[in-house]
Amino acid sequence: MSLNFLAILPEIMILTVGILVLILDPFWKDENRRVYLGWLTAGGLTATLIVALLIGRPAEAALAFGGMIRFDMLGFVFKMLFIFGAAITALFMMDTAKIGGRAEAYLLLLAATIGMSLMASASDLVMLYLAVESTSIPMYVLAGFLLDDKKSTEAGFKYLLFGAMTSAIFLYGLSLVYGFTGTTHFAELAGYFTSPNLISLGLVFLVVVGISFKVSLVPFHFWAPDTYEGAPTPIAGFLSTASKAAGFAVLIRFFLTVFPQVANDWQIILAIVATLTMTLGNLIALGQTNLKRLLAYSSIAHAGYALIGIVANSKLGTTGTIFYLMAYILTNLTAFGVIMAFERVTGSSDIRAFDGLSRRSPYLGLVMLVAFLSLAGMPPFGGFIAKVLVFAGAIESGWYWLVVVGILNSIIGLYYYLTVLKYVYLYRMEGEDEEAHPLPVSRPFVIAIVVLTLGIILIGTLFAPWYGFSNQAALSLF
Amino acid sequence: MQFPILSLIVFAPLVIAVLMLLYKPERKTEVRVTALAAAIFELVLSGWVYLQVYLNSATPGYQFQEKYSWLPALGISYHVGVDGLSAPLVLLTGIVMFTGVLISWGIDDRPREFFAFLFLLAGGVFGVFVSLDLFMLFFFYEIAVFPMYLLIAIWGWKVTREYAAMKLTLYLFIGSVLALLGGLAMYFTNYQMHGTLTFDMLDLEKAGFSQAFQYLWFLPTFMGFAVLGGIFPFHNWSPDGHVAAPTAVSMFHAGVLMKLGAFAALRVGIMLLPEGAKQWVWLIFGLAMVNVVYGAFIAMIQTDLKYVIGFSSVSHMGLVSLGFATLTREGMTGAGLQMFSHGVMTALFFAAVGMVYDRAHTRQIPELGGMVKPLPFVAIAFIIGGLVSMGMPGFSGFIAEFPIFMGVWQTHWFAAVIASISIVITAAYILLAIRRSFFGDLPPQFEGHIGAISVLDKVALGTLSLIMITLGLFPNLMVPMVSSGVQNVLRLLGGA
Repeated sequence: MSLNFLAILPEIMILTVGILVLILDPFWKDENRRVYLGWLTAGGLTATLIVALLIGRPAEAALAFGGMIRFDMLGFVFKMLFIFGAAITALFMMDTAKIGGRAEAYLLLLAATIGMSLMASASDLVMLYLAVESTSIPMYVLAGFLLDDKKSTEAGFKYLLFGAMTSAIFLYGLSLVYGFTGTTHFAELAGYFTSPNLISLGLVFLVVVGISFKVSLVPFHFWAPDTYEGAPTPIAGFLSTASKAAGFAVLIRFFLTVFPQVANDWQIILAIVATLTMTLGNLIALGQTNLKRLLAYSSIAHAGYALIGIVANSKLGTTGTIFYLMAYILTNLTAFGVIMAFERVTGSSDIRAFDGLSRRSPYLGLVMLVAFLSLAGMPPFGGFIAKVLVFAGAIESGWYWLVVVGILNSIIGLYYYLTVLKYVYLYRMEGEDEEAHPLPVSRPFVIAIVVLTLGIILIGTLFAPWYGFSNQAALSLF
Repeated sequence: MQFPILSLIVFAPLVIAVLMLLYKPERKTEVRVTALAAAIFELVLSGWVYLQVYLNSATPGYQFQEKYSWLPALGISYHVGVDGLSAPLVLLTGIVMFTGVLISWGIDDRPREFFAFLFLLAGGVFGVFVSLDLFMLFFFYEIAVFPMYLLIAIWGWKVTREYAAMKLTLYLFIGSVLALLGGLAMYFTNYQMHGTLTFDMLDLEKAGFSQAFQYLWFLPTFMGFAVLGGIFPFHNWSPDGHVAAPTAVSMFHAGVLMKLGAFAALRVGIMLLPEGAKQWVWLIFGLAMVNVVYGAFIAMIQTDLKYVIGFSSVSHMGLVSLGFATLTREGMTGAGLQMFSHGVMTALFFAAVGMVYDRAHTRQIPELGGMVKPLPFVAIAFIIGGLVSMGMPGFSGFIAEFPIFMGVWQTHWFAAVIASISIVITAAYILLAIRRSFFGDLPPQFEGHIGAISVLDKVALGTLSLIMITLGLFPNLMVPMVSSGVQNVLRLLGGA
C-alpha cells in the first residue's frame, strides 16, 4: 500500500462511515431503527481503530501529500485518541434526546473527527489551518444542536464568535509567518527561527492565541463554561476531551518542529500561561454549583497541567503531556458520561441534585468516584501517573517553580473533587427515599462507561504499554 | 522461585474489595462474612511472614523479595521485601484488619462499600510496608490515603466528619506531594550521577548523594511523610480525624496509618538521605520533644474520651520520632517496637471507646461513670491499654519506651529528663480517664440501658490485650528482629 494511502487510512475509513450513515439514514426511518445510526457510527469508528492499529502504524516518520501531512507516531497516537473519543461519544449520543436519532449529528461528529485527525498530522500551515477549521465548524453546529433550547443555542453561538475571532488572529499569525519566511512547511520554517528576536516572539504569540482557544488556555477560556453548560452533554464531553487533545497535538508539533531554536522564548510564555490556566481554572471551579460548569473549569485547569510537559521541552515532558491527555480523555469522558445519565433522569446538573447518588445507583456512584479521583490525581487511577510524568518532565528540565505551582493547584483540585464526592456518597435525597428513584441506564451507555472505567484503572496500573505509545509519539519529533 | 506471599498479602485485599462490590447491596451478611474470612486469611499470612522473618532474623537484608519490572523505560519496578522493621508492621496491619472487621460487624449503612473501602485502605498500607521501590511506595501511599476520606466522611461522627475528613486528606496529600518532590529529585540526581534511571530504594541507597543535596532535600522528604506520623506542628489533622472516624477506621488510622508516615519517613528520609538526617536531626529531635510533652499536656485537659486517646497518640508517636532522631541503636529499636506496641494499644483504646459510645451515646468523660458494671470486659481491656500506655513493665509499652529513653539519654540526657515528664502526665490522664468513666456511680440515665458487648467484640478486645501482654512478658519475640532491621539503618548512617 502506498504511503499516502496509509497516512490517511483512518480518515478514509471515517469518511466511509459518514457516507454510510447518510445513505442508510432514509432506510431507517422507523422510530426503533434510529438506534442503528449510533451503533453504525460507534461500530465503524471502533473498526477504524482496530484496522489502523493493525495495519496503519507508521514505521518511521515520513512526509506525505507533498509535505502537507507528516505520517508519524505523534499523529497516529492522537488519531487513535480522537477516534476512541468519538466512538464513546457516539455511544453517549444514542442516549440523548433529540440527538440520538439524528443522522446529521453523527455525521458532524465524524466530520469533526476527520478534522482533528488532520490537525494532529498536519505539517504545513495551509493544511493546519484547513484542519482546524474543519474541526471547528462541525463543533459549532453540534454545540448549538438543540435549536429549541436557549442555552444550547447560546452555547453554539458563543463558541462560534470566540472561534471566529481567534481563528482570524491565528490566520493573521500564519500569514505573517509566511510573509517573513516565504514557506509554509514546518520543517523549512524551523530554519528561519534560529535566534530569539521580537518577530519570532510576536509570531509565537499569535499562534498561541489561535490554539489557546481550542485548548481553552487562560485568557482564551471564556467560551468554555457557557458552552459546556449549554451544549448537549455528550458534545460537551467531546469538546472537553478530543477537541482539546487536538489542540495539544498542534501545540506539540508546532513548537517542537518550528520553534525548537527559540525554545527559551516560548517556554517562559507557555509557563506563565500554564500557571494562569491552572490557577484560574481551579480557583473558579471552587465556587461552582453546576457540575458541568465545574467540569468546564476543571478541564481548563487540566489543560494547564498538560501544558507543563510541553514547557519542559524534553522527551520525558512531551511523553508526559501525551500520556496526560490519554488519561484525561478517558477520565473526563467518564465524568461527563455519568452526568449525562443522571441529567437524563433528573433534568438537572446542579450539584445538589446529586445527593444520594450512591444509594440510588451504587455503580454509577462508583464510576463517579473513579472518575473524580482520577481527575484529582489519585492512584490507582490514570490521573496519578499522568501527573507524576508531567511533573517529572518539568523537574528533569529544572522547572521547579512550575511544579510547585502544579502541586499547589492539585491540592485545590483535590478539595473540590472530594466535595463533589461528598454529595454523591454522603448526603441524602430529600425524603431519604433513594430506592424509589432509580437511575436506569441504557445498553450503549453501559458499554461506554465500562470501557472507560476499566481504561482508567488499566492506564493507572499497567502503564508500561501506554507509556510506550506516548514515548514513541514524543520521539517522532526529537 | 518462591511463593509470592507478599504480593498475595498486598493484592488480596484489593481484589476482595472489588469482588465485594459485586454483591447485591442488600446481602449484608454475606459481605460481612467475606470480609471476616479475608481478614483472617490476611492475619494468617502476615503472621506467617512475621514468623519466617523472626526465625531468620540473623540473615541480613530483605526477605521474601520479589521484583518485576513495571515501567522499565523509567526504572519503575514492582519490588517488595520485608526486614525486621517492616515485618512487625505487616503483622500489625493484619491484626488491626482482623479486629477492625470484628468491631465493624454492626455497621448497617452500606456495609458493602464500607468494607470495600476499608480493604482498599488495608491493601495500600500493606503495599507501603513491603515496598522497596520508591515509586511503588508513593503509589500505595496515596491508595492508603484517599479511602480514609470516604470512610470518615460517610460513616464518621456526624458532628465533625466532613470537616475532619477534608482536613485529614488535604494535610496528608500536601505532605505526600512534598515527599514525592523529594523522591523525584533523588531519582533525577541519581540519574545525573550514575546514568541509570531507577526508583529502586536499594539502588538509591548506594547513590551517594552530595552533602548539599541531602541537606536540601531531607527536610521536605522526611517532613512530608512525618505529617502522617503526626509530627508537631503538623499533627493537627490527627486528633480531629481520630474523633470523627468510625471505630474501625480510628483503629486503622491511629493504629496503622500513623505508622505508615513514621515508617516511610524512616525508609525514604533517613535511609536514603542519611547525611541529611544527621544534619537535621536536631530539628526532628526538638519537634518530637514538643510532640511528646505537648501532646500529653493537651490530652490531660480533654473531656472527650476519644480526644484523650487522639492526643495521647500524638504524644506516643512523638516518642517514635524521638527514637528515630537519636540515630542510636537503642533509640531506633525502641521506636520500631513502639510503632507496633502503640498500634495495638491504640486499636484497643479506640475499640473500647467505640463500644462505650455505641451504648452510652456520649464520650464526654464527666457524663460517663461506673461503666465497669455493665461493661466489665471493656473496662478491663481499657485498663490494660492504659497500663501499656503508661509504660508499665510487663506490658509491651515498657519494652518499647525503655530503649527509646536509653537512646535519648545517650544523646542528650537533659532531653530524657524533660521527655520523662510525659510519662507522669500520661499516667495522670490515663488514670483519671479510667476512674471517671469506668468507676464511680453509674449515672441514672444509663441504668439498664447499657447492653452487653457481643462475642465478636470480646474476641477483638481479647486478641489485642493478649498480644500486648505476650509481648511485654516475652520481649524476645520481637526485639531481636527489630534490632536486626535497625542494624541495616545504622549501616547506612555509617555507624556500627
